[in-house]
Amino acid sequence: MASIFQGIGAATSISSSASFDTMKLQFSSPRSISGKKANCVVMRSGGAKMDSGSSRNGGRADQLVTNAVAAKADTPAASTASKPGHELLLFEALREGLEEEMERDARVCVMGEDVGHYGGSYKVTRGLAEKYGDLRVLDTPIAENSFTGMGIGAAMTGLRPIIEGMNMGFLLLAFNQISNNCGMLHYTSGGQFKIPVVIRGPGGVGRQLGAEHSQRLESYFQSIPGIQMVACSTPYNAKGLMKAAIRSDNPVILFEHVLLYNLKERIPDEEYVLNLEEAEMVRPGEHVTILTYSRMRYHVMQAAKTLVNKGYDPEVIDIRSLKPFDLYTIGNSIKKTHRVLIVEECMRTGGIGASLTAAITENFHDYLDAPIMCLSSQDVPTPYAGTLEEWTVVQPPQIVAAVEQLCR
Amino acid sequence: MDLNIQIPSNCLSTTKLVMTIKAITKLMIIRQFTLHFNKLHFLIYRLQKPNNLLRSTTFSMALSRRSSGILLNSTSLLHRHLSTTTTITVETNLPFTGHNCEPPSTSITTTPTELMKFFTDMAIMRRMEIAADSLYKSKLIRGFCHLYDGQEAVSIGMEAAITKNDCIITAYRDHCLYIGRGGTLLESFGELMGRKAGCSNGKGGSMHFYKKDACFYGGHGIVGAQVPLGCGLAFAQKYRKEEYVTFAMYGDGAANQGQIFEALNMAALWDLPAVFVCENNHYGMGTAEWKSAKSPAYYKRGDYVPGLKVDGMDAFAVKQACKFAKEHVLKNGPIILEMDTYRYHGHSMSDPGSTYRTRDEISGIRQERDPIERIRKLILANDLATEKELKDIEKQVRKDVDEAVAQAKESPMPDESELFTNVYRKGFGVESYGADKKELRTTLP
Repeated sequence: MASIFQGIGAATSISSSASFDTMKLQFSSPRSISGKKANCVVMRSGGAKMDSGSSRNGGRADQLVTNAVAAKADTPAASTASKPGHELLLFEALREGLEEEMERDARVCVMGEDVGHYGGSYKVTRGLAEKYGDLRVLDTPIAENSFTGMGIGAAMTGLRPIIEGMNMGFLLLAFNQISNNCGMLHYTSGGQFKIPVVIRGPGGVGRQLGAEHSQRLESYFQSIPGIQMVACSTPYNAKGLMKAAIRSDNPVILFEHVLLYNLKERIPDEEYVLNLEEAEMVRPGEHVTILTYSRMRYHVMQAAKTLVNKGYDPEVIDIRSLKPFDLYTIGNSIKKTHRVLIVEECMRTGGIGASLTAAITENFHDYLDAPIMCLSSQDVPTPYAGTLEEWTVVQPPQIVAAVEQLCR
Repeated sequence: MDLNIQIPSNCLSTTKLVMTIKAITKLMIIRQFTLHFNKLHFLIYRLQKPNNLLRSTTFSMALSRRSSGILLNSTSLLHRHLSTTTTITVETNLPFTGHNCEPPSTSITTTPTELMKFFTDMAIMRRMEIAADSLYKSKLIRGFCHLYDGQEAVSIGMEAAITKNDCIITAYRDHCLYIGRGGTLLESFGELMGRKAGCSNGKGGSMHFYKKDACFYGGHGIVGAQVPLGCGLAFAQKYRKEEYVTFAMYGDGAANQGQIFEALNMAALWDLPAVFVCENNHYGMGTAEWKSAKSPAYYKRGDYVPGLKVDGMDAFAVKQACKFAKEHVLKNGPIILEMDTYRYHGHSMSDPGSTYRTRDEISGIRQERDPIERIRKLILANDLATEKELKDIEKQVRKDVDEAVAQAKESPMPDESELFTNVYRKGFGVESYGADKKELRTTLP
């Protein structure tokens, strides 16, 4: 992550508990930066972790954990001028990634409701219509089924559309197109057609948006064969994943979160593309592996603070790739810690956690010292009332309690 | 002998002219080797197919033979010199009805070669569907099999009016459209029987025929879902500023789908070069038109989008309408063509087709409006061939179809490994690369 540029000097400021080895702050795996091209660097997604409370490593999203949501970066005075890279918010990072790809390849186009002149309901596409024109940044009528189908049809001829759902929940109307046409056409045509679309949009539980606007579609889409799903959680991985998704020849569904759009982080100036199928090591640890994605990453990091104070050393992995799972990173982690806790925002029934539990049990059963625990949202429609809504999703105290139980 | 190479009536552009001249030179070389009178006809016949001329950069005869090799034998039976200079004017049976547009004229010019081509191609399609029927009954074709016999004129007329760079997308009644786009009988039967020789390697089935190099985009199982895809094809054509159009086909049952109206709105809003073709065979599976639609005037359903109602059993009416539609759409945005047609079989092979309509109705239409019969009458009336010759052509077609079936039966089933191929583009599932694809990062179980 951004720390790669800033050196590992921050290691000295860690004042963490017992088993924290400074060696760990070197790259968390030997497979670090790979395949440098002339102007594009592919980064290993992991990075050194710092104890979220104490280190001041310039605008890392980890530090915003206190709120678990969009908060202003409380950057220390020293960190701005000297550090490389530039600071921006998550939606700006998405836009940067999008713009770079549109610049690079004329076949990339965007379509969705209010993406053009309105600038996007979450400002992800602001300014693009003025720059690229109405056809490349297309304002569609409110017809999700049809414009998703239209994007897929255009992709069959070689264009690379990015289809935006104003809210992921609206894409349920386009489920047929996504499942049957997007996912399956490459297979049923015997490989003749490829569908390089990116379907993106914000989902997840927001601030009292109501049941229908707080849906988590990753659980519904996960069985569709032929698609890839990724979830971004920081400006750094948002930009990288957006670029990777656009460059991928497979249909990719990029899940953003309504509450994460205003996260601020410092990201590199150089061009970088992340790997779509890779998980991110957020915090290396010894005692328990906590697997999470999207907004729950921040709840987990907040809980991690408490856990560290209590003497536990959780390893936090942001799985990022929801389909397929990065079983390599996850497996290595399990082999080290032997305990797994999954924290997700999906529903309990049939969610990502359920699939992940099954995958881990099938592949790494022998390495587990305790049953896998999975903390998910309740199987209820998201209520409007603030307190009820808070109880629907997993909160940090529950995570702490779960780890304590797991490590008993 | 003199070579009467006439520019076929449907070839107007200069590229085709150039290709035709190339064809003439090639022809002259071939002449040295083929002195047989009949072979020459097949070559002239072959020149009529703009698809091969346009597509083959190397002008490989092998390519054209692969897609129309069956015609080799059929027309060689025609012992008569087909004049390619005369034009024949045909009047359509019924006038066109327009909605918000001026219908085109009902007299269409054609040539003897085109008439014979129509006859042969329709005979092939008809024979193929009948063969599929018996294959289904002998359980070699499983699942769903939707047959197109009775509706051949729509495919034939459309192909005569457009090029292989115009896109066609349709629903599941796609076997004949695939053949019309240049698919071979072997690929068709192979796919129906789920063999490797099939156009989608046996993994698609009856409802998933595709031919990318001929811009045939399938082949879709969910009713109506192909129309927004067709909108997308038209969008891409507009995006790339190509002067080609898309024919998005659907049925009278699908015409009640919301996505059709959504697609019409978007196509009209952005002036997409999309022709919406409603093949109205009057029955949506088992439900008659009058039972499912308040307004069965499907060509009017576009409201602000102009429409044209066409006799879909008349190949020339279809050809005229498609030509008109293509010109209209490149200037003015979408149009709806309603093809009034009929299917003799049931909706699919599991539907006898007689529970919701009478046998008299079916046989009545067969007698009065059958598309092949109409062409046959035209051929006989214009003295282009005798009854016997036409019957011989049909016999040859039958033989060719049987051969293709036999060949397809011998083709093997796909390997087990094919289960996992083409799920993802890069063979994902086994190896995972970084975005730069330089380093093998993971090998997943």
